[in-house]
Amino acid sequence: MTTSQQHAGRTTDAWDGFRGGLWRDAIDVRDFIQQNYTPYEGDGAFLAGPTERTTGIWRKITALFPEERAKGVLDVSYDTPSTITAHAPGWIDRENELVVGLQTDAPLKRAIMPNGGWRMVAGALETYGYPVDPGLEKVFTAYRKTHNAGVFDAYTPEIRAARRAGVVTGLPDAYGRGRIIGDYRRVALYGVDRLIAAKREEKASLDAAPTDPRALEETIREREELAEQVRALEELKAMAAGYGHDVSGPARDARQAVQWLYFAYLAAVKEQNGAAMSLGRTSTFLDVYLERDLAAGRLTEEQAQELVDDFVIKLRIVRFLRTPEYDELFSGDPTWVTESIGGIGADGRPLVTRTSFRYLQTLYNLGPAPEPNMTVLWSPKLPRGFKEFCAKVSIDTSSVQYESDELMRPRTGDDTAIACCVSAMEVGRQMQFFGARVNLAKTLLYAINGGRDERSGAQVGPATGALTSEVLDYDEVMDRFDRQLEWLAETYVHALNVIHYMHDKYAYERLEMALHDRAVRRTMACGIAGLSVAADSLSAIRYAKVRPVRDETGLAVDYEVEGAYPAYGNNDDRADAIAVQLVEEFMRKVRKHPTYRGAEHTQSVLTITSNVVYGKKTGATPDGRRAGEPFSPGANPMNGRDTHGYVASALSVAKLPYDAAEDGISLTNTVTPDALGRTPEERVRNLAGVLDGYTAVGGFHMNVNVLDRETLLDAMEHPEKYPQLTIRVSGYAVNFVRLTREQQLDVVHRTFHGSL
Amino acid sequence: MTVTFPATLPVGPATGGSVHSWDLSTGVDGPGTRFVVFLAGCPLNCLYCHNPDTMRMGNGRRTSADEVVAEASKCTAFLHAAGGGATVSGGEPLLQPGFSGELFHRFKHELGLHTALDTSGFLGARADDALLADVDLVLLDVKSWDRDLYRRLTGQRLDPTLDFARRLADLGKEVWVRFVLVPGLTDGADNVDGVASFAASLGNVSRVDVLPFHKLGAAKWASLGREFALADTPVPTAEQVRAARGAFAAHGLHAV
Repeated sequence: MTTSQQHAGRTTDAWDGFRGGLWRDAIDVRDFIQQNYTPYEGDGAFLAGPTERTTGIWRKITALFPEERAKGVLDVSYDTPSTITAHAPGWIDRENELVVGLQTDAPLKRAIMPNGGWRMVAGALETYGYPVDPGLEKVFTAYRKTHNAGVFDAYTPEIRAARRAGVVTGLPDAYGRGRIIGDYRRVALYGVDRLIAAKREEKASLDAAPTDPRALEETIREREELAEQVRALEELKAMAAGYGHDVSGPARDARQAVQWLYFAYLAAVKEQNGAAMSLGRTSTFLDVYLERDLAAGRLTEEQAQELVDDFVIKLRIVRFLRTPEYDELFSGDPTWVTESIGGIGADGRPLVTRTSFRYLQTLYNLGPAPEPNMTVLWSPKLPRGFKEFCAKVSIDTSSVQYESDELMRPRTGDDTAIACCVSAMEVGRQMQFFGARVNLAKTLLYAINGGRDERSGAQVGPATGALTSEVLDYDEVMDRFDRQLEWLAETYVHALNVIHYMHDKYAYERLEMALHDRAVRRTMACGIAGLSVAADSLSAIRYAKVRPVRDETGLAVDYEVEGAYPAYGNNDDRADAIAVQLVEEFMRKVRKHPTYRGAEHTQSVLTITSNVVYGKKTGATPDGRRAGEPFSPGANPMNGRDTHGYVASALSVAKLPYDAAEDGISLTNTVTPDALGRTPEERVRNLAGVLDGYTAVGGFHMNVNVLDRETLLDAMEHPEKYPQLTIRVSGYAVNFVRLTREQQLDVVHRTFHGSL
Repeated sequence: MTVTFPATLPVGPATGGSVHSWDLSTGVDGPGTRFVVFLAGCPLNCLYCHNPDTMRMGNGRRTSADEVVAEASKCTAFLHAAGGGATVSGGEPLLQPGFSGELFHRFKHELGLHTALDTSGFLGARADDALLADVDLVLLDVKSWDRDLYRRLTGQRLDPTLDFARRLADLGKEVWVRFVLVPGLTDGADNVDGVASFAASLGNVSRVDVLPFHKLGAAKWASLGREFALADTPVPTAEQVRAARGAFAAHGLHAV
């Protein structure tokens, strides 16, 4: 028997020219990349512009945007619950598309996915004027239980009260949790049949009846899940066959590799309306295929770029049907098709390839856009040519975010990708239970009001007794705050356990999990909002005099602040230490509570655009913030209180310990062009320097917007002039003109750092 | 929950000065990202001053060198990685030469930072060679070539600035010349050409910043209860700025 016969079925001429063996024997895309990729240390001079074909297809799509923007949705497939195979094939321009496949049978036509919750579907259909099919309503209310129904069966009165008051917020209890990244590359590298065989082997390994009673339920659950995963993979083949492609075997060339990978992703977004449906880390993987075809003369650079451009067009038009309440939290119709680019390998070689550049080049070829959410894994060790290209793209498009490869690589390895905005996970080996966030600023008010809500007066938190002194005493406030936080952490983790139990049960991500290893690492991703408001409030109580203004029931509803206090965001340890302590303390409290399926506790400091809604639900705070005023986004210091420039502000944020916030710490910086330098070359160099500096001092994430306030004001008045104006908000990017006016104003009022 | 707070910064050693504020800025006050300390007090009274709140020494806060160096030391790791350094600006740093000298020395030798002095040069004679030895780059404002205009703009004489520029050239010290382009005041062809040919004659000028006049400081004049004399002066057009840069470039200078 020859070696190749021993690997019968495990080697194929689709792999001609590829090196290495481990990845042939087991499902291991990372090993394939490491054995085969070609690092690129040059600059962007080799890149090609858009072809006429690309521009033509993109024009067809953009022509649909004004109507979609005006109506909220372009069209809805309202009577067909989406599955991988529910919809007939659809095209943008059948003759000319290089990469095919749509979520439904027409571009921008949204699908319904009732497994998450029937009310969300019905509400969205009513909002946009589509009929609610009574037959479907009966199915999803009488015969087939949804995630949402399950969650509300098991919620406690306490959880409901906390949720209603807005102290625990944005929970994925009525919508898909998302933030799970299938390793979509597996389909291209191995073909679906091989993946099915591997899943069957995994299932067979669980055939023995468990002897340990504690393993009983988990074993049965896993066997059912694996059966569902195999079923989803079969459906993936059927869906691809509808488009005339046979994905049972590995991709044989670059075009197939892009297509197979996209089909896998497409199956996921046909099946799940997850809050974030991220793509993973695909550019350097696809580069291996593109380089093979380029070397063989089967592709030109222009054709290689065309494939990437066509793929990205598809990623830009992923759509989900959502309700206005959802949009209020996460505005601008985001899908978080996050793609992680760059980074450094464990062996020290940069994971930057020509295709890393090609992905970013789409922001020139197709113009700026919020999706896919281009995320560069930054390290001072990245090649200079790549760093400067990234900086240039940021300055020109404001469409790139950066996350520290130096913080992630030691923890999740060199095949880490970002889910959503800032959540790091090892592709195909790790997933998270998305946990939205709690409102720390409101909890601080509960400490002052003895657990009563400052807006409703209702007793929500534990009755720790209202503080009655004329001037707030720091130690007394901290003592009560600590007790309210204990309660909050317990209530919060309890709610998340209920949610994820039900999501696994009623809205399991069959296809995405089919593209994971069986022994997956799970995290319980908690989060906090209002960090800067809470930190500044405590700083004010400690360093200035804060007098509560109480209503006739003794409820503190406003605060008078006398004197100055050091504010978070000025690289001043007096205030920054409070923020650090809050992050560490809440993480400690969360860790006390057991989690569903033994998930590891993590937390994020991230708000997305919900900082506006959370602010609206929170009364006046002791830092001088008025009732209803928006919070700062993510871990950002409060607007206008960071008075020493954006670098000083970033240095404060960089102090927040990643060890206590491994689900990510988000910082958004908006600077005017002249705040980066006087010439274009200088700006590029300086921005790359700022990112090096931020990474070197332990900063995790930075959104970079390079904009003039005047541009935004003009875009508010004349949206038609700025269809592609993109800005980065906490962890993602949006079309500015698709934000609500309230959110536009929040962005405009947010600290613009310029030079004087 | 307990929060531990850092000890207060040491205060009150030998050298202190009047400090208006500090900032971290990029691409504005020298190369890269820099810690910039603005000293209070200036002997000039420039019509277009955009930081009139730094003109009087009394507007600053008495601050020890230790305190300033401690503030800068909190960001040196960032500055080393980002590329940049520390700049002493103002006001006029050379109004407080002992204090400035100590800051440069400690920025350079204690913190290992690239140092820049942002000055009008009017008090250049007060900068002794020891101070200049600790300065890597001088940002030298040459506000006008026309002597009468210089006096009208600043209330002072031009010659000390030119003397200082020649001394820096003799020392081989790197200089960026800064020239504020004010339509109707400094933008005359002879005036621009005069500054340009002088700068080019020095041999140590590696760059010229042509800074378009702007009115973002108008609010500061108002809050000081003082009249902003150039409130009605237009800002230069892009074409005017291009032309001025061209005039410097014509002398072989790198003008931006």
